[in-house]
Amino acid sequence: MTLRDTLAVSLASIASTRTRSLLIVLAMALGVGAVVVLTALGDGARRYVVGQFSALGTNLVIVLPGRAETTGGFAGAALGQTPRDLTLDDARAVGQLSGVRRYAPLNVGVAELASGGRLREVTVLGGNADLLPIRRMALAQGSFTAAPAQIVLGRVIAREFFPDGNAVGQRVRLGDRRFRVSGVLATQGESMGFNTDEIVFVAVDDAQALFNTETLFRILIEADSRAAIEPVKQAATRLLTLRHDGEEDVTVITQDAVLATFDRILGALTLAVAGIAAISLAVAGILVMNVMLVAVAQRTTEIGLLKAIGAPSAVVRRLFFAEALWLSLAGGALGFAVGHLGSWAIRLAYPTLPAWPPAWASIAGVATALVTGIVASLLPAARAARLDPVRALSGK
Amino acid sequence: MIRLEGVNRCFRMGDQEVHALDGIDLAIDAGEYLSIMGPSGSGKSTLLNVLGLLDRPDAGRYLLDGTDVATLTEPEQAQVRRNKIGFVFQSFHLVPRLTAAENIELPLMLEGIPADVRRSRVEAALAAFDLADRAHHRPNELSGGQRQRVAIARATILQPTVLLADEPTGNLDHRIGAEVVALLESLHQRGTTLVVVTHDRELGARAQRHIGMRDGRIVEDDR
Repeated sequence: MTLRDTLAVSLASIASTRTRSLLIVLAMALGVGAVVVLTALGDGARRYVVGQFSALGTNLVIVLPGRAETTGGFAGAALGQTPRDLTLDDARAVGQLSGVRRYAPLNVGVAELASGGRLREVTVLGGNADLLPIRRMALAQGSFTAAPAQIVLGRVIAREFFPDGNAVGQRVRLGDRRFRVSGVLATQGESMGFNTDEIVFVAVDDAQALFNTETLFRILIEADSRAAIEPVKQAATRLLTLRHDGEEDVTVITQDAVLATFDRILGALTLAVAGIAAISLAVAGILVMNVMLVAVAQRTTEIGLLKAIGAPSAVVRRLFFAEALWLSLAGGALGFAVGHLGSWAIRLAYPTLPAWPPAWASIAGVATALVTGIVASLLPAARAARLDPVRALSGK
Repeated sequence: MIRLEGVNRCFRMGDQEVHALDGIDLAIDAGEYLSIMGPSGSGKSTLLNVLGLLDRPDAGRYLLDGTDVATLTEPEQAQVRRNKIGFVFQSFHLVPRLTAAENIELPLMLEGIPADVRRSRVEAALAAFDLADRAHHRPNELSGGQRQRVAIARATILQPTVLLADEPTGNLDHRIGAEVVALLESLHQRGTTLVVVTHDRELGARAQRHIGMRDGRIVEDDR
């Protein structure tokens, strides 16, 4: 019997028990669909978190003043101890290290912004011209060269103070100093709980003058590449220790390390969820086996007849095997569709969650359906092939 | 062509052994028409199953065209059943979900004959057995006589040399039964060896050779 005929005959016999076949396909499809949807959720959560971190900038190395270490008798005593502050000179020196693409000193504070009779408190970020590119922020209008008395407004601030949209070139007062608006940020939205639409940027010197300080809040460093992150981190630590009289009083963290941890945790979570969903596939496999066993029992005389008219056992086995294959194939395909439809629905309901099913999950889900279906058919198919034709024909 | 030598077949029923066939010696020549008769449990159906390679003897030899069938592998035996032997059953044994044409097509499919060749051969068979207008009917839409004609068409589509019929008229009324018998006999006249197992004395008497069985033995062999 040719492969084509085997497939056609088995498909026809599945179609003849329509309700039963549909139910089994549905069970299969739910299993596959669950794998696809749940991995889409898990992977979506992973991508969401990774995306949030990446929004801060990539290949980022951050220098914080102070060193977290336990020196005193009670926990927390040493936290934030800063024997020596970070200075602009420190930042410039770090910026000269090899492997550094660009760097930005950063000062943060709160000040009062006033213009045209309007007044509000804003978060002020002081930096250099590279601060925006390092933080992956774009300007909607104007530019930022970190020249003295230049200010860039967040989207919301700009709209509130200059509703007619011509913010660039306007004069504002920040704290006790006068600034000229040089640009407006493009909409960024929330980033790690920090609304960048409601901040302003000024040059770091202006910020230091404004807040009356010589120190820096952070130094942001962007490494040339992912591979350069670790060397830059070590070089920065060494350099700053040297500059601080041999005392290692800064903390250097990489965004990469934090990111990798989240990536790992959420990846493992996704796998775990997929594994749980796969259990439903195993259940569907058992259902397929049950249905096939019933089919063999119901079609005993037919099997006997096939043997009487010259079907070898191998052909009988292949026919039942092909039936299971069709069922799992249909279940897998339907499940694939259900899963992708479900993921699409989740993306519609939660637009911020990139719930795209990962390719490996779709493939693994369908493949598991096929494998369980095939494994589940082995026993019934073998039983059919083993039937004694004389007894089978008499319906025993 | 067919030679049975000392064939035994035992069944176990509870703790009792039943000798369905007990030292059967039988030779059948090509083109013979013989009937096997005997009471229930005399072993005539078992003999037919052994002849049709559906059942294996426990002892003795079965030579078909000079080949000891016991030496054949399972796929080879299936091939012999497909090409040399045709079965006709009392209860027709048509596959209920397949149409008349599809039932007739089954042996061709098992033989691996391409679909376009199959179609023309099935059409020819449908016409020859006066079933052309019933081709796309399922068995439950056919009369008993039509069903048995479909079964005979299926049994003969690969032109076997031996046709084994087990009570071929058992489920049919007298008139339809006579038509089926006439059909089988016309096949015999074209050279097919015909073996009919029956209770029906009238049907049995039509054969050229009469085998009588009792308790697994041949008690009568009358040409």
